[in-house]
Amino acid sequence: MCLAVPGKVVRLKDLDMADVEIGGVETEVGLQLVSDVKVDEYVLVHAGYAINKIDEEGAKEMMELFKEIGELDEIAKLREDDEIS
Amino acid sequence: MRYLSEYRDPTIAKKLIEDIKRLSKKPVKFMEVCGTHTVSISKNGIRQVLPENISLLSGPGCPVCVTANGDIDKAIAIAEAPDVIFTTFGDMMKVPGSYSSLAGKRADGADVRIVYSTLDALKIAKNNPDKKVVFFAVGFETTAPTIALSILEAHRQGIKNYFIYSVHKLVPPAMAALLNLGEVKLDGFICPGHVSVIIGSKPYEFIARDYKISCVIAGFEPIDILQSIYMLVSQVENGEAKVEIGYKRGVSFLGNTKAQEVMEEVFRPCDADWRGIGVIPESGLALSNNFKGFDAVEIFDIDVPPTREPVGCSCGEILRGVKLPYDCKLFGKACTPENPAGPCMVSTEGSCAAYYRYGESS
Repeated sequence: MCLAVPGKVVRLKDLDMADVEIGGVETEVGLQLVSDVKVDEYVLVHAGYAINKIDEEGAKEMMELFKEIGELDEIAKLREDDEIS
Repeated sequence: MRYLSEYRDPTIAKKLIEDIKRLSKKPVKFMEVCGTHTVSISKNGIRQVLPENISLLSGPGCPVCVTANGDIDKAIAIAEAPDVIFTTFGDMMKVPGSYSSLAGKRADGADVRIVYSTLDALKIAKNNPDKKVVFFAVGFETTAPTIALSILEAHRQGIKNYFIYSVHKLVPPAMAALLNLGEVKLDGFICPGHVSVIIGSKPYEFIARDYKISCVIAGFEPIDILQSIYMLVSQVENGEAKVEIGYKRGVSFLGNTKAQEVMEEVFRPCDADWRGIGVIPESGLALSNNFKGFDAVEIFDIDVPPTREPVGCSCGEILRGVKLPYDCKLFGKACTPENPAGPCMVSTEGSCAAYYRYGESS
């Protein structure tokens, strides 16, 4: 449940929000818990919020790993399960 | 059972295993206090590649699993109240309370919705102004700041129909509680990676200092975990007990101070009831006085019958590290992921689910 996945910031939006690419899928993420995040930087995302900035090398290592163990698919599935209305 | 097939670099893994075997002389017990570590250890067969004198125990590292039955019963009672939309992370849906589960109540007609984030729960609140939208705030220090932000955001936007039912738990007090119980003689903790992204390594210092127990914060790759075991073994063999960070790409000494500030603004520490352990002082988070208006406990008159524990279920002992999943007589028989008796089999990060899924046996 404390799963956090690395993502790349694609665009910054109003109200401290950003679109972040996680495993090839763009997701809206809150940046309120991190400081000075720029486009193309990497963040660790947990439950819809960036909880830390990470460097590119670390992020890429983690992405490879998450791809291998299928956790990015699980995140995408969590998203599909989402029941907002 | 897979062994080293998934290691990104088997050469490094093999070298680490050899180093551990060479260095490790004393019989030791290490406990991982993170469900994601439990899964990684089971999935990668790490227990099987370690020398026999090293035992790995799974601790109370899954927030879903440590939620007390009474708290699940109260969540279900809130979900059943009139005009409520109850929102929750997916993991909590199937966890059985004393008499039912959120999934069961949804099948009976309660409006229970799975969300990925509190951002989504807030959207539901905005879209349904005539309903009371309650979010089941489950999670450790990793998750609590994201919940705190939703409260600040609801406050800022004047959203009056958003509430949380907080059963948040804090990891370091639970580690101390296990040591105080003294049931399991531990030599070291593999400390949780993403909890520590938020809190840093500092809050574990008292464990090393006062209890003389080694602590290493680990990442989630198999190699990270092997490295953290190597670091723990080194400490034990050298007669040291200190806090080390084996997950440097995510964790610092002080952690994410911005997240800590948000958490401290919205929450205050409170006593919390842990499944299998009982009430641990100052190990939970309740909304602070300024944000009481968002507290479901203040809004709803929650009255539940006495709790009932599943007969024969050993989740409590498993969460304390006293038993391993396959020591439970229900494991794999009367309790499977399809038909779980206790929470450790429900949550994907529960010890029982991990042992079952990856075929670990005695």
